[in-house]
Amino acid sequence: MIAPVQEGQGFGPKILAFSTNNISDPGIDLAGSSHMHYSPSVVVISVPCTSGIKPGWVRYAIERGFDGVFIAADGDECALLSDCSVRTSHIVAEAQELLKEGGYEPQRLKMAAICSVCAEPFTNYMREFSASLAKLGPARKG
Amino acid sequence: MSERRIGVFICQCGGNISDYVDVEKVRTAVGDEPGVVVAKTAMFTCSDATQQEIVKDIQEQNLDGLVVASCSPKLHTFTFREVAKRAGLNPYEYTQVNIREQCSWTHTDDKAGATRKAIRLVRAGIARTKLTTPLQPTVVETVPKALIVGGGIAGLRAAIGMSDIGIAVFLVEKQPEVGGWVAGFGTMYPNAKDGRQLIAHLWGEVQKRPNITIFTNAEVVGKSGSFGNYQATIRINHRPAETIQVKVGSIIVATGFDTYHPAEGEFGYGMDGVVTLPEFKTMLDSSAGPLVYKGKTVRDIAYIYCVGSRQKAEVPDANQYCSRYCCNAAVHASLTVTAKGAKVHQYHLYRDMRTYGKYELLYKESRDEGSLFLKFAADAPPAVARDDQSGRLTVTVADQLTRGEALNIAVDLVVLITGMIPRSNEELVKTLKLPMGKDQFFNEIHPKLRPVETVVDGVYICGACQGPKNSAESVASALAAVTQSAGILKKGFAELEPLVAAVDPDQCAWCGKCQETCPYGAVEKVEVNGHNVASINEAVCKGCGGCVPFCPKEAIDLRGYTDAQVKAMIDGLLREIV
Repeated sequence: MIAPVQEGQGFGPKILAFSTNNISDPGIDLAGSSHMHYSPSVVVISVPCTSGIKPGWVRYAIERGFDGVFIAADGDECALLSDCSVRTSHIVAEAQELLKEGGYEPQRLKMAAICSVCAEPFTNYMREFSASLAKLGPARKG
Repeated sequence: MSERRIGVFICQCGGNISDYVDVEKVRTAVGDEPGVVVAKTAMFTCSDATQQEIVKDIQEQNLDGLVVASCSPKLHTFTFREVAKRAGLNPYEYTQVNIREQCSWTHTDDKAGATRKAIRLVRAGIARTKLTTPLQPTVVETVPKALIVGGGIAGLRAAIGMSDIGIAVFLVEKQPEVGGWVAGFGTMYPNAKDGRQLIAHLWGEVQKRPNITIFTNAEVVGKSGSFGNYQATIRINHRPAETIQVKVGSIIVATGFDTYHPAEGEFGYGMDGVVTLPEFKTMLDSSAGPLVYKGKTVRDIAYIYCVGSRQKAEVPDANQYCSRYCCNAAVHASLTVTAKGAKVHQYHLYRDMRTYGKYELLYKESRDEGSLFLKFAADAPPAVARDDQSGRLTVTVADQLTRGEALNIAVDLVVLITGMIPRSNEELVKTLKLPMGKDQFFNEIHPKLRPVETVVDGVYICGACQGPKNSAESVASALAAVTQSAGILKKGFAELEPLVAAVDPDQCAWCGKCQETCPYGAVEKVEVNGHNVASINEAVCKGCGGCVPFCPKEAIDLRGYTDAQVKAMIDGLLREIV
């Protein structure tokens, strides 16, 4: 049993997950309907396709107080753009550059494919990402 | 920004939310947000009573924005858009916030944490709603005619279905005859129907319907217009070839499949007596009595399963998927062999048996009739050779079910159970802009939730062109495509989501990047006040937002997901909770 990350009790990294309406949202929803636990400091913003995420949004989120951003991409399942994964990985690379320019560790951004039934993988990713962000410490130092 | 008047309704979901989220605390926290004039909780926001209450509040409080915090948007976005509409509020000024699947249900172990998260999520929803503008769906008139591509069992059945609903059909078939694969089949499973008779029956029904027009030796070579009113170009390959234009509201693609063709030497293919499943099926269907191969009665048969299916990624052009119908087809073929009389020893060499659903009964029957099933490992496939002395074929296999013992089986016939592969349809793919999956079959939007729709509005797929299927499954999906398509065509008009890309002409300096990056051809160059700028064809744009990050001037926004909205949501999610 993993102890829940409580705000105010030590450092619980705040994670913003970008997810997609058609594919990864149902996967994340399934984690909920299966009562799988991850930290409540994970919150989700849904978009139609991860290819539409602006790299600037990632830096904005970190600058404003998130400790990490997770992109739940559609992988091969994306019905909108067949090269969705390639496009999203370019966005990730660009956003990581922006993070570096701002003095933030590029590891604060992570991308993985989350399918419509990927409840357990999503929960695991959140656990692992929380742990690795906890090692990095808060994004906004001081 | 002018002061908004937003109503927030927080659902208890009969305890599903309120057992783990202190909804009263959420209401208090968000009730003071600037712009919020109504904040309420309800036992079930989706109930008729609460819907009426929301309508009343919208009207009496003159609300210009609505937030419902309840379950997944998958379930009730349209419910509350309708509520907004009934109250005279623009449905796109509504935001659904998920505090059930993505909050209460996943934080059942942490009520305080879940409550704080719910406050953040609702605040983000309010922030997004503040920046909404009234949007109108693009309304397009629909032509009550459909184009069906492919005249196999799925295409024919779809044509009859459409016709019966009162929609005229143009059916385009590449071959000189309709019927596809099934027209060549004898007995099929599970009902022992004869494929040729099935097709003859369907063809008879098609001929009774004057609103079905059939073009054989024909192909679709052009498509213009947009959903509801497509203009399709059909090329008829007579001597000389001619093209005709038809106007249709929707297009159903039922182009079927090809079968895997083994390479020379693959499991002995090319040797006398080594045949593929379709070749074997033809032999079976054309022999009246016991099976005879090259003048000799067949006494022993080995079936090798998964030929061209579930291949390793390292194989060139690997088919990594399970072709799903072949286990059933092979088992059924072996029963047909038995039914033709004469004692035949049948050896099935399989990786995994996948006679799903009621076809499991065929598998049992086949075992009862004496077929032997031997399991080989994926990395130790059977080998086929010809015995120099006896001249017979020999199949060597290590049977996993008997401690991996190597067995040599002498047979008269080796049947390679070949899977379905996607038919090469390059021209059609280009013409209709059909999305394809990793395995090169056509891709639906969602295999369970939207199984026959493609991202191209008004273009549907059915049958084996979207993945391996048997004939019953093909027909079922054909009828699903008919229902989806006819539902819109009968209405006479269709509404397209307005959540598409929008260009700010003042910011745009036309570099063409957005046009290059759009696979749907939704971006056009237009002149505004003497300057070239990008413009979005809203009937063609799919609303993916893929163009947005490419704009160097930040002149493109995706409606509903604008730069300002996303940033406002991020801020809303981060504000301190007191």
